[in-house]
Amino acid sequence: MRKYLIVFLLLFQWASFEASAFENDIPLEDRVLEERARELARQVRCLVCQNQSIFDSDADLAKDLRVLVRERIVAGDSDASVKEFLVERYGDFILLKPPVKPQTYLLWFGPLLITLFGAIFVVRWLRRGSVSPPHPAAREFSAAERRRIESLIANDEGED
Amino acid sequence: MFAGQLRFLYLLPAILFVVLCGFLFRGLSLDPSLVPTALIDKPVPYFDLDELDDRTDSLSSVNLKGKVTLVNVFSSWCGPCRIEHPLLLEIAARGQVALHGINSKDEPVAARAWLDDLGNPFGRICADRDGRVSIELGVYGVPETFLIDSTGRIRYKHVGPISENDWNKRLLPLIRTLRQ
Repeated sequence: MRKYLIVFLLLFQWASFEASAFENDIPLEDRVLEERARELARQVRCLVCQNQSIFDSDADLAKDLRVLVRERIVAGDSDASVKEFLVERYGDFILLKPPVKPQTYLLWFGPLLITLFGAIFVVRWLRRGSVSPPHPAAREFSAAERRRIESLIANDEGED
Repeated sequence: MFAGQLRFLYLLPAILFVVLCGFLFRGLSLDPSLVPTALIDKPVPYFDLDELDDRTDSLSSVNLKGKVTLVNVFSSWCGPCRIEHPLLLEIAARGQVALHGINSKDEPVAARAWLDDLGNPFGRICADRDGRVSIELGVYGVPETFLIDSTGRIRYKHVGPISENDWNKRLLPLIRTLRQ
């Protein structure tokens, strides 16, 4: 019985509504617009905490920006326009997802490229086997050395 | 030839490590939470707000042309603003540059009392009660100080309180450069 209770409580935790800062605002009357505002707020960074979106953040600035986002949506701005409005004033960092542009190519594609190069290197390395430079002493035994070895082995066997 | 190539391959991770260390070392003296202003070299956005009190003229964007000016965004509830305030008073006393203030997200009564208590270094002050003008300026915290050239363009923004060092090493040289 207790097991079921625990599972139920854990599921409830997962299904509970977010008591986020956004939910505490005065919502727009138009539900469609409010939904857009919600989505947008999730994509805008709160510059005070910097790891949260303005959707989650309780900071003053986050609240002001949420109100601003709603106002611009009501005024007829598209999602892209609202984001552009913010980026104009705060730079790309205000968006949680950095835009893909020449300055951020390294950020977006870098890890992929490194993985690719790494994979190529590994494949080539595996194919070659273990490659080591020839050791200066690693040459065939000379005839004299072979005779010495044989005599040592023969002596050794003789002593057993 | 073969041995030479291989030696380089062995050195490559070490070389990459040293290069990475270089970047990381540089990063030690950087503040990752600093957001550089997106308004560099752009004209100050238009604003026209009410004065904070009738003893000091209000500040609007039209007042920011004609000479190099500093605009300090402050609030009475802001601790670091209090810390940089003596330096602002000194700057005003020396008369090295015109200094104006934007009182952001504050109660005018509280702000007036704060300035009466600590001294008023500002030539002009305006009250940005709802913080909208601050948002227009890309302000994300207080204090922030904007350096504006004589054509009304934002040339530099200092985030956080201004220290003696910031003033001497960054702001003053920039002001001198802009005046030429």
